[in-house]
Parts: sequence; C-alpha cells; structure tokens
Amino acid sequence: MWKFLHKLASPPHFYALAAKMIPWFNISGLLLIAYGTVAGLFFAPADYQQGDAFRIIYAHVPAAYLSMMAYSIMAISAGIGLIWRMKLAHAVAAAAAPLGAWFTFLALATGSIWGRPMWGTWWEWGDPRLTSELIMLFLYFGYMSLRAAIDETSKADKASAVLILVGAVNVPIIHFSVEWWSSLHQGPTLIKEGGPAIETAMLYPLLAMILGFSLFFGALLLARVRTEVLHRERRSRWVRNLVLTESA
Amino acid sequence: MMEIFAMGKYGAYVWSSFALMFMVMIACVVQARSRHRKMFRQIESRLKSQALSEKNGHRSEN
Repeated sequence: MWKFLHKLASPPHFYALAAKMIPWFNISGLLLIAYGTVAGLFFAPADYQQGDAFRIIYAHVPAAYLSMMAYSIMAISAGIGLIWRMKLAHAVAAAAAPLGAWFTFLALATGSIWGRPMWGTWWEWGDPRLTSELIMLFLYFGYMSLRAAIDETSKADKASAVLILVGAVNVPIIHFSVEWWSSLHQGPTLIKEGGPAIETAMLYPLLAMILGFSLFFGALLLARVRTEVLHRERRSRWVRNLVLTESA
Repeated sequence: MMEIFAMGKYGAYVWSSFALMFMVMIACVVQARSRHRKMFRQIESRLKSQALSEKNGHRSEN
C-alpha cells in the first residue's frame, strides 16, 4: 500500500497513469450527465409548486455541489502540502482552483436564472446563501491572483495554501446558511434528516447528474494536475525525454 | 411534441440554464487542453534553443 502511494506521488508515474484514467472518467461522467439531462428535462414529472422551472435543479445543484467539493479538495490538499511538504498536493490545489471558480460561476448564474421566476428577483443582496457563495467565487479569484503574483512556485504554494485554509470556514457557512438564517433559498433537498425529500423519478436523474459531474470534474482535475506537474518538473530529465520524444 | 420543449411558461429559464451548463463544460475542457498544449510547447522551445546553443559551443543555464 505504502509502496503504491509512494509510486503514485512520483511525478512521472502520476503523469502517465492520469493520462490513462482521464478517458474513463470522461466517458462514464458524460454518459451519466446525458441520462440525467434527458430524464430530468423530459421524464421527471413537473413540480407541483414550481412547475417545469424546478428542472433547473439538474444544472444548478451539481454545479453548487462541485463548487464546494472543489474548495474542500483544495483545502485538504493545501493542508497535506503544508504539513507533509508534498509537492503533488500543492499541484492538486492549484489545478482545482479554476475549475472551482467555473462551477461557482455556474451555480450563481443558474441560481439567478431560477430565482427570477420563483422569487421575482435575479439577485438579493444580503441573502446568506447567495452572499456566501459569491464570497467563495472571490476566494477562488483571490487564490488564483495570489499564485499568479508570486514567481517562485514553493512560495506561491505556501502563501496560497494559507489563504485557502483561512477561507475554508466559508464552506460550512454556505451549507448551513439556509438553516441558520432566514433565506430566500429553499432548504436542503438531499442531505437532511429523514432522507431525501424528493420523488424517485426526480431523484435518480439528480443523483446521476451529481455523480456524472463529479466524474467529469475528476477528468478535468487530472488533466490540469498533469499540466501543473509538467510545469513544476520542467527541468527534470524525465520531462526533457518526454518532450523530446513526443516532438521528434 | 413541441409541448415538452416549452417547459410550461418557464422555457426561457430552463433552456438558458442548460445552455449555460454545457457552455461551462466546454469552456473547462477547452481551457484545460489549451493550457496543457501551451505548457508543452514552452518546454519544447526552451529545450530546442538550449540544444542549439550547446551545439554552438555556449552553455546556457535556463
């Protein structure tokens, strides 16, 4: 087991293994997303209160889930990188940031589109769920600009890891905001006492979308970590050999 | 048949949400690929210029 983990953390091994795994993550993820989209849009029954507008849930919830998942992955990786000085962990954190920012943007945008017909407004300043999610978008931007501002990779790793760990307090705030404060946003549908409060014909496409997007995210993350590894190892012998053989 | 695409009176909201979702997916893939290619080319051109200067008898540290 340790031998396997040690080998996995070795950059050339990771670089080759990730390339083999990416297509599998992509294919399984896209199949689930295709099923979830078709079933969610056409086969799930309309909501008795929201009518067909509720179908936005199939785009909105996976995006919101990933926006927080990406941040959690970054915080854990940043912690591992700081404590055990593992460079691959810092590479994972750096690779997850732009993806997290994209999915946070998607969660905010689809939420806004959903809010217009349901709440009568695109945006409500001061609403705890909306505001804490927007703060997370700014944390992603702050993380990326901090990294871009520091030339030396090891210094950028440390400084940005501290930023992401301090900002991690925002993740539980987002999750519990709808319970702690009064919010326009509806309460939790899936993760709550007594199990999911949703009919199975609506639930299965949603679970498929969440799982599918997680796999798709996994493929993107692996691809971006490969780019990070290439950059960090640019002066090593194995990268030199790799680039020269592939360009020949 | 057209009815199921109409989404009641919410067609514009539902379809724009899903259009945005697919656009973000495509953007993520395109960005990841172009960054990787760019990184690869950067290293490639550095190695080539290094090899060239070594051939000419200069040693460069880069």
